[in-house]
Amino acid sequence: MGSRRRDIPEINAGSMADIAFLLLVFFLVTTTMDIPTGLQVALPPISEEPPEDSKQKKREVLEVLVNAADQLLVEGSPLTIDRLQQKTIDHLTNEGKDPTLSTTSTAAIVSLKNDRGTSYDMYVQVYNELTAAYNRVRDDYSMQEYGKSYKDLDPQRDKDKIKEVKKKYPRKLSEAEPVSIGSE
Amino acid sequence: MAKFKKDGGRATPAINTSALPDIVFMLLFFFMVATKMRDKEMKVKTQLPTATEVEKLEKKSRLHYIFVGPPLNPEFGTSPRVQLDDAFATVDDIQQYITLKNGEKDEKEVPFMTTSLKADKTVKMGIITDIKQELRQVNALKLSYTASKEVKD
Repeated sequence: MGSRRRDIPEINAGSMADIAFLLLVFFLVTTTMDIPTGLQVALPPISEEPPEDSKQKKREVLEVLVNAADQLLVEGSPLTIDRLQQKTIDHLTNEGKDPTLSTTSTAAIVSLKNDRGTSYDMYVQVYNELTAAYNRVRDDYSMQEYGKSYKDLDPQRDKDKIKEVKKKYPRKLSEAEPVSIGSE
Repeated sequence: MAKFKKDGGRATPAINTSALPDIVFMLLFFFMVATKMRDKEMKVKTQLPTATEVEKLEKKSRLHYIFVGPPLNPEFGTSPRVQLDDAFATVDDIQQYITLKNGEKDEKEVPFMTTSLKADKTVKMGIITDIKQELRQVNALKLSYTASKEVKD
């Protein structure tokens, strides 16, 4: 029965997987994967001068009001949120047809006014619809002129085209200074 | 008959698992590269609104974050609070915060700094309007209402 020489046994790597899994789980828990997305807004700079032409031609302005109960009032009449986008598109592309809406797209203004008691969710939805309307009319115009949607225009190569579309449909979304009507 | 002779009690060999760590390490590296460390501890609840017209924000280094929402810890009440970095703040602190943060940046980058406003759905516009006014005061005019992408079917 003498002592038989044995080979050095292979190192057991079975627990290696456990260690790696542990690390994996640690990274899964401590990291995030979300890419931040949001609605981009350019705030107007604060100016000391009083706003000039306060008597903007009334027909050029599409008045959107949101009250503290999250209800919409567009041009003096109530509207539901799902019809706001179409209404805005009508206003922007009116070109003088309807006497209550804008005369030209370059003069058209959308005025958004909200109450201090409006919920943020509602505000974002309204803002989203208005942004969508601008994006839609720009897309349509770009499609019709250049056969490409506005999003697909290359910022480098199609600089002039982008400028042209922006000139045709300038984003004039003005927000009124805050007021408080209802309670917060 | 010899064909069907039983193998004298030989067990099936163990499955070779030596490649398993490699696979797991591969997964690990994928997650290390594709994700970023969570750097801020949230003190307020921010359930984001959804929108269809969201755009991806450019570089993360060019962002200021402002969080608004009801505190997660009910001890601090239920009315919406502002969080800057890791601590509660008030609307009045925003000007100083933005100025301080801009000071750390390269001067050339300052005009491109965007403020990412992460506010809870339930927050009222009053506090948001106040924040917007504060941002205008410090000339931080690029703002982003952080919202998650709404999937329309």
